[in-house]
Amino acid sequence: MDRRTFLKTAGAGVAGAACISTVADARPNLEPAPEAVGMLYDSTLCVGCKACVTACKEVNDMTPVDRGDGHIYDSALDLSGDTLNVIKVYSDGTAAVKDSEENGFAFEKRSCMHCVDPGCVSVCPVTAMRRDPLTGIVTHHPDACIGCRTCMVGCPYNVPQFEYDNAFGRIHKCQMCNQEGLERINKGGMTACAEVCPTGATLFGPRSMLMEEAKRRMELKSGDNYNFPRGDISKPESYHEKELEADYQNHIWGEKEAGGTNVLHISAIPFDKLGMPPLEDRSYASVSEGVQHTLYKYMALPAAAMAGLTYVVKRNKDNHDGEE
Amino acid sequence: MSHAKPLGGSIFTPAFMLCLVLFVIGMYFLGVRFMDGMGAVANINGGFPWGIWVVYDVVIGTALACGGYALAITIYVFNKGQYHPLMRAALLASLLGYALGGVGAFIDMGRYWQFYNLLLPWHMNFNAVMLEVGLCVTTYILVLVIEFAPAFLERIGAHGVLKILNKMLFIFIALGILLPTMHQSSLGSFLIAMGYKVAPLWQTVHFQPLLALLTALTMGFSIVIFEASASQVAFDLPDETSLLSKIGKIIVGLLLVYLVVRFGEIILNGKVGYIFAGDKNSLLFLLETLLFIFPVVALLSQKMRQNPRVLLWAAVSMLFAGSLYRFNAFLFTYDPGPGYSYFPSVGEVMVTVGIVAFEIMAYMVMVKMLPVLHKEAHA
Repeated sequence: MDRRTFLKTAGAGVAGAACISTVADARPNLEPAPEAVGMLYDSTLCVGCKACVTACKEVNDMTPVDRGDGHIYDSALDLSGDTLNVIKVYSDGTAAVKDSEENGFAFEKRSCMHCVDPGCVSVCPVTAMRRDPLTGIVTHHPDACIGCRTCMVGCPYNVPQFEYDNAFGRIHKCQMCNQEGLERINKGGMTACAEVCPTGATLFGPRSMLMEEAKRRMELKSGDNYNFPRGDISKPESYHEKELEADYQNHIWGEKEAGGTNVLHISAIPFDKLGMPPLEDRSYASVSEGVQHTLYKYMALPAAAMAGLTYVVKRNKDNHDGEE
Repeated sequence: MSHAKPLGGSIFTPAFMLCLVLFVIGMYFLGVRFMDGMGAVANINGGFPWGIWVVYDVVIGTALACGGYALAITIYVFNKGQYHPLMRAALLASLLGYALGGVGAFIDMGRYWQFYNLLLPWHMNFNAVMLEVGLCVTTYILVLVIEFAPAFLERIGAHGVLKILNKMLFIFIALGILLPTMHQSSLGSFLIAMGYKVAPLWQTVHFQPLLALLTALTMGFSIVIFEASASQVAFDLPDETSLLSKIGKIIVGLLLVYLVVRFGEIILNGKVGYIFAGDKNSLLFLLETLLFIFPVVALLSQKMRQNPRVLLWAAVSMLFAGSLYRFNAFLFTYDPGPGYSYFPSVGEVMVTVGIVAFEIMAYMVMVKMLPVLHKEAHA
């Protein structure tokens, strides 16, 4: 009898966990924000000058990283509490040819990708990570943050970074130069990295326009001439014509990866070589929330389990107390 | 009214003094963490934001504290009143384990002075597994305090309060079963959002909550066997083998379910190749699996289950299995991408050791001063 009662009531919790697989696809990936802004980073245009790294630090008021190895400019190796944007280098063999997978080299920008369906926003227990409903910019709010760093484990790109060397540290991430006090995008401006990029490798603008531009470049062949815009794609400061030296990979990073990103990357060598993670189209946020909401929808399952448990426990406890 | 009695005796034993030294060392490093930031003590970094303070203190520590949860299900859901003599000791260990898991979570919080934001409804994000875990563990610690309160009330002779509490206790016992079911499964759900960073043999997506719950339960039952055996030797208590052997049988049952789900998922998703890849991950998986299978084999026959030594070894194997499963998933095989590695620092380890030492000290003091353990053989 006890077993049967248990299975009928309290066991619902375990049974629920077991059958999640059939119902957990509760929500699809989020769609891009209506006026999503982003950036297009074209690895083939990047000359590795790191002007974007320096400008980013100036605008966001961050200390340059000095590794003490004779570099006179910022020598940050990766994102950190002091670095929101960094240029990395891929190199192979003799590293003689730009944008060649073999015996070549290529640059890659690492900064927040501003996911369409951001993992950091989904996992933050206190809503300290938010996706702007209009622009899709993923912002961080230290006044809410408890420092649990789940955003760091939940970000496929390891973007949010904590100030470990500060007793009262905080999380830092790229907020597209639109955080409170700066608000460059709201004021009609663009990100500092796009503004200073001399070749237009980092291009700012509405996600839809950047996506069209990326698709146009996918059609190009090496040897073709193309007029590359600089700055903000919706009102370019200037253009420069350049002959393509390498074929693009037919892959716009951020079109689909884990629900897509507002920062798009294109490149002449495969993205796994540039250190991009192995992502599928489905966002982890949508899967995780599917499981969570299946178990906790309206708190119905826990409430039913609690009702059953209370009944069974009371009856059995009264029995035991009577025996004593 | 229970038949448990305070054991009495000296508090400042050599074991207590050793724990005290370890605790003081841990507190020194904890002081450095609060003065100079987490990076001054811990080796956590941009790719490994969760080190042993999260993975051992919280994820494993609370599973090791599931004894009270596991016994409550046995006694109050499956109506096995004969396990009552083991209950208080298990509750005490659960209370200490969870309280220190809470302390571990707090010291690991980068912005601990704002922890209360977790409790403010306008900050809550109901999509987040961390919210469920944070609220649920906090509530469960309070529930454990109430569940253990009768031991304290008996000691101070507050019979009136005890009587009232006893009338309402069933609600808290029910909560004490519901809440760990919720947050122990959620500890597994953490892994879902980590995606590719969790190695394929441990990334089971939809089965994460179930596997986490099954291992938490088996670890809970195993810790009951371990504590009963250890207390028996340390405090010269009567033999509980007949009760413990039945717990051994439950462990075998749960482990068989666990192994079917675990291997079923691996086979159905075509991940068998990873087991025999011969790399670090495959070796860790094989070691973990051996530790899971040993208790099943050792406790399969009735005769073996009644041997206290076999029971203890099986329980220890299971505790290592469950801990390694969690270590593997969250740390040992966790791969955030090129350029990142993690190995705990001495200071980081000493903080965790200090916390565990405090737990043992508190346990030793409480069983001597409060009615927790049974001195004479029960009926």
